[in-house]
Amino acid sequence: MSDSPIAVEQHGPELLHHFADAEQQRDAAILGMWLFLATEIMFFGGMFCAYLIYRFWYYNEFAAGSRSLDIWLGTINTAVLICSSLTVALGVRAAQMGKRKLLVVLLLLTIVFGFAFLGIKGVEWYDKYKEHHIPGNSFNVDDLVRDYPQLHIDPRHEQIYFSLYFAMTGLHALHMIIGVGLFVFLTYYAWKGRYTPKYYTPVEIGGLYWHFVDIVWIYLFPLLYLIDRHR
Amino acid sequence: MSEHIMSSKFYYAIWIALLCLTVITAAVSFVDLGPFNAVVALVIATVKALLVVLFFMHVKYTSEKLTKIVIVSAIFWLFLLLALSMADYATRLWT
Repeated sequence: MSDSPIAVEQHGPELLHHFADAEQQRDAAILGMWLFLATEIMFFGGMFCAYLIYRFWYYNEFAAGSRSLDIWLGTINTAVLICSSLTVALGVRAAQMGKRKLLVVLLLLTIVFGFAFLGIKGVEWYDKYKEHHIPGNSFNVDDLVRDYPQLHIDPRHEQIYFSLYFAMTGLHALHMIIGVGLFVFLTYYAWKGRYTPKYYTPVEIGGLYWHFVDIVWIYLFPLLYLIDRHR
Repeated sequence: MSEHIMSSKFYYAIWIALLCLTVITAAVSFVDLGPFNAVVALVIATVKALLVVLFFMHVKYTSEKLTKIVIVSAIFWLFLLLALSMADYATRLWT
């Protein structure tokens, strides 16, 4: 600690003057990101709580709704997100080692995987639109009532399942869209050479965000797609 | 926080494990395990989440204890939210 102005000049432009050194600055940024992710856990937690309560009350309707989803597209989308998490992890590694071109390629691949996920999600939503499974005036689950007579489906309870399905996957997709936007910025600055082995914090905390969104999907997939498939 | 650079082979191994667990959780949902279908699905999801948090998000190699406290607290708050809510809703039909 020194009040000397010379000490202030000794560090590079990426170190803000209120931090003692680059490592402290990086730790603070990562801690801040985790605090944000803690609020995100509670944000999604409210929806998971609503899901839990209604699944407990209306299990049959949740089972029928779950079986009406396309398990293949759901599984493929899970794999797509896992691949995107790999490219993010390898991207952070490339940044740590100062491989600029590799970092740009991996960030671009992540964006491609992000769009692939959103595209497949859009196909699934469009299928639900055609089946009149979107809650609202045209909501109709006569097909499910006919297909699963043993479940004694109440269409009003079925609407709760699909409301939660669209709210949870929609909120998740919104996070994906924000993530893709963040990664476009990261790619641009990575291309410009802003990130070096000494300073790559934006890549790292952007990566934390992306992995978090992946984890939300890791839970959404079994909770929404895999209820009561064995019957 | 130490700058721990892991080998790319290690990341590929985690990736393969995550893909295998995804296939397993989808396949096992077609096997009738009674009430344990939901348990198995959630256990597999939690293992996958742990792999991502510990290795992809570098939490295993962080020396910053505050970060770990934040993560554990966040999970504890989520547990409080879910457990106390269900303590109400799941017991309303009891007489």
